[in-house]
Amino acid sequence: MADAVEKPKESFRLSMLIYDTRYRSMTIQLVVFALFVAIAAWLVDNTVRNLAALGKDFDFGFLSVRAGYDIAQRLVPYTQDSTHLRALIVGLMNTLLIAVMGCALATVVGIAVGVLRLSSNWLVARLMTVYVEMFRNVPILLWILLFYTVFTEASPAPSVFRGDEGRGLLFGLFAVTNRYTAIPAIGVDNGFGSLDLGLFPVNLSLLAVVVVLAISLFVRSRLNRHAAAIQAETGRRPVTWWKSLLIVVLPLVILLWVMGVHLLVPTISGFNFTGGVNVPNSFMALWLALSLYTGAFIAEIVRAGILAVSRGQSEAAFALGLRPGRTMSLVILPQALRVIIPPLISQFLNLTKNSSLAIAVGYLDLRGTLGGITLNQTGRELECVLLMMLIYLAISLVISAVMNVYNSRVRLKER
Amino acid sequence: MSDTHAQTVPFVRDTMLSEAPPPAGQAGAVRWLRENLFAGWLNTVLTVLGLVAVFFLLRGLLPWFLHGVWNAQTLGECRQIIAERWGPDATGACWAVIRDRWTQFLFGFYPSELYWRPVLALVLLFVALAPVLFPAVPRRLTLFSLLYPFVGFWLLWGGSIWQPVMVLLGFVLGYGAWRLLRDRAPLLAPFAGVVVALLWWLVLCGPLRDLFASILPIGLESVRSDRFGGFVLSLTIGVAAITLSLPMGIALALARRSDMFLIKTLSVCFIEFIRGVPLITLLFTASLLLNYFLPPGTNFDIILRVIIMVTLFAAAYIAEVVRGGLAALPRGQYEAADALGLNYMQAQRLIVLPQALKISIPGIVSTFIGLFKDTTLVIFVGLLDPLKGITDAVRASTDWKGIYWEPYIFVGTIFFLFCFGMSRYSMHLERRLKREHR
Repeated sequence: MADAVEKPKESFRLSMLIYDTRYRSMTIQLVVFALFVAIAAWLVDNTVRNLAALGKDFDFGFLSVRAGYDIAQRLVPYTQDSTHLRALIVGLMNTLLIAVMGCALATVVGIAVGVLRLSSNWLVARLMTVYVEMFRNVPILLWILLFYTVFTEASPAPSVFRGDEGRGLLFGLFAVTNRYTAIPAIGVDNGFGSLDLGLFPVNLSLLAVVVVLAISLFVRSRLNRHAAAIQAETGRRPVTWWKSLLIVVLPLVILLWVMGVHLLVPTISGFNFTGGVNVPNSFMALWLALSLYTGAFIAEIVRAGILAVSRGQSEAAFALGLRPGRTMSLVILPQALRVIIPPLISQFLNLTKNSSLAIAVGYLDLRGTLGGITLNQTGRELECVLLMMLIYLAISLVISAVMNVYNSRVRLKER
Repeated sequence: MSDTHAQTVPFVRDTMLSEAPPPAGQAGAVRWLRENLFAGWLNTVLTVLGLVAVFFLLRGLLPWFLHGVWNAQTLGECRQIIAERWGPDATGACWAVIRDRWTQFLFGFYPSELYWRPVLALVLLFVALAPVLFPAVPRRLTLFSLLYPFVGFWLLWGGSIWQPVMVLLGFVLGYGAWRLLRDRAPLLAPFAGVVVALLWWLVLCGPLRDLFASILPIGLESVRSDRFGGFVLSLTIGVAAITLSLPMGIALALARRSDMFLIKTLSVCFIEFIRGVPLITLLFTASLLLNYFLPPGTNFDIILRVIIMVTLFAAAYIAEVVRGGLAALPRGQYEAADALGLNYMQAQRLIVLPQALKISIPGIVSTFIGLFKDTTLVIFVGLLDPLKGITDAVRASTDWKGIYWEPYIFVGTIFFLFCFGMSRYSMHLERRLKREHR
């Protein structure tokens, strides 16, 4: 019977390119590809012709030309005679600094507010709701400008702190003035100097602290692993807390003592504070505004994460006799983190990208140096904007890659 | 037995006591306070800290608000009135600046005799949104929603009426071509529609517009883009970008989930690139670089360029939100669509997208809120946004030099009302669309 029906003959007709699902996707992709190439070629052709008409070329040579402008805050050595490339690096460092500090503070604020908003305390929960709604529903630019105004308009001049009847410092350490915030610096009597790497110098004292801390933490993790092994074998866990405390703290204290580390408290001399570090108000305003703004979003993420853990989990933990603190750290948080981490990553990214609003308060970050003064001085719009985009893109990709690695570590291990 | 019991039970109650109110500590306000504010020492400490914070905030801010002045011509006059009324050391808000300059905050430098046009455009916007927002409104009104972009554009910018009409005609012709071919060649019809519309716009639109304009010159007084400012500017950019970015975002999300490698790759590259750079750099591209990418001599409106860039920006974010919604949809829904024999378009339109979009409503709305807030960034390409552009313009006059807080608070409040309203509406929408029974 099966042979009675003749197999239809395979023949290819042109309309099959559209109507046959086997070929259709190929056709669509080819059409899209052709369109894409055509548009790209059109754009490049336009650009080439426009540049030729303007007498410009596509050249990054301007990066090695003397910049000739000043940058107030710099983490790497920079003078007016430095090149535009170095100005770019200074700006990039400033962007990274504000991003790292902002992410740290925003996380702290966000977790605290998110947890407090769930608290059974009526007043605190309402206050936190007000904070979150206020910050989430108003443009970030407004908060930056408002904080900047608070610092520049509502703080006293440095001279107020002068003399015997002058105003005292906050906790004896900090002074908020209308030009900068004076904070204590860390002084090192006999440090190890610094090593010049060409692009920027590396502070060897700081490096020593990091190395010692890293070694201590490594030894401590070995100790913990050893204790876990003993526990697995005998069922009893040896007491380790004082050992690990000693391992972490003692070498660090000895190192700091050897180097003669002390706190340099800012003191007023003449018209300005000296001794400590004078952080410009643009940085402070930007930092606080970015952190509090992003903190409000993180608070909602944290709240949603904690609410996502079902009540039965905490009830089961209580039924096992765990105390509330341990329930939180051993049962609720590990599960909540899994919900929290992915949106948290995108908030960190948002903060980093929002730091480009530094221009509103005159803080010279990447956007201010490369995309601002360098662009205006050299007139290289295409190169500058392209470079700036690529750098921001690279930062974003690195952040999301790092956080994704962390995310995959806390993810539920499924079989 | 009964004998022994008679000894052990000396008294058996035979009447009930009447119900008594709970003790004072377990009822009413006292109980509420104990449960909500003073349960345990940690809670008490938190309450006290909260009260202290509220006290200091109010002590700092309340006098300033209460000493507000509404009627004055200059900042100096304001301060004088405050000093006369509340003593020389008193500080107070000078709301007179808002009273004096509120039109600028709302309209920027739009010609004052033409204020009715943006106002009418806003009213019509709500009429156009009504069938989308509220199910009770008759469906017939969606036709007006489709027409609104052209009406709104014409009202805001003015100029000859033939410009929007001719552009609209392109859509109508494209639709007509699609309708004609739909039954004969269902897959070619969309292409034909697009080609017809493009040909119309590129070849015939301009000459015909000029021809009609010379025969029948109807039009409104045209307003240049640099006169735009304040909330008119924010709303124009925001609404345009929102309406344009939603379909584009959905298309990108579908492309990213497509099986076709090339389409998927292009979509991923676009989304990741846009999401990886700050909006400011895109606005810079709009203001500095767009001229490089277009044929020599092209120069078009800066607001239009900004709308294009903001749309691309928002579309990438919406694409990710919609992708989340698509991924959250159970596989069974896709399989059921296949089992019914629906083709790709039908399955997406009838089964997949309605459910996926419902899941992604909160994300879409928060993208919209972010987009609306981000319209303040246009100050960096030289447009007068309500936040920095207009307040700087207000402060530039000698009358109001040195005023900071009041304009910021005013603008912040309006933004808050818009954004908070949007978020509440999205919650309402979520409840309305909830279909599962719990």
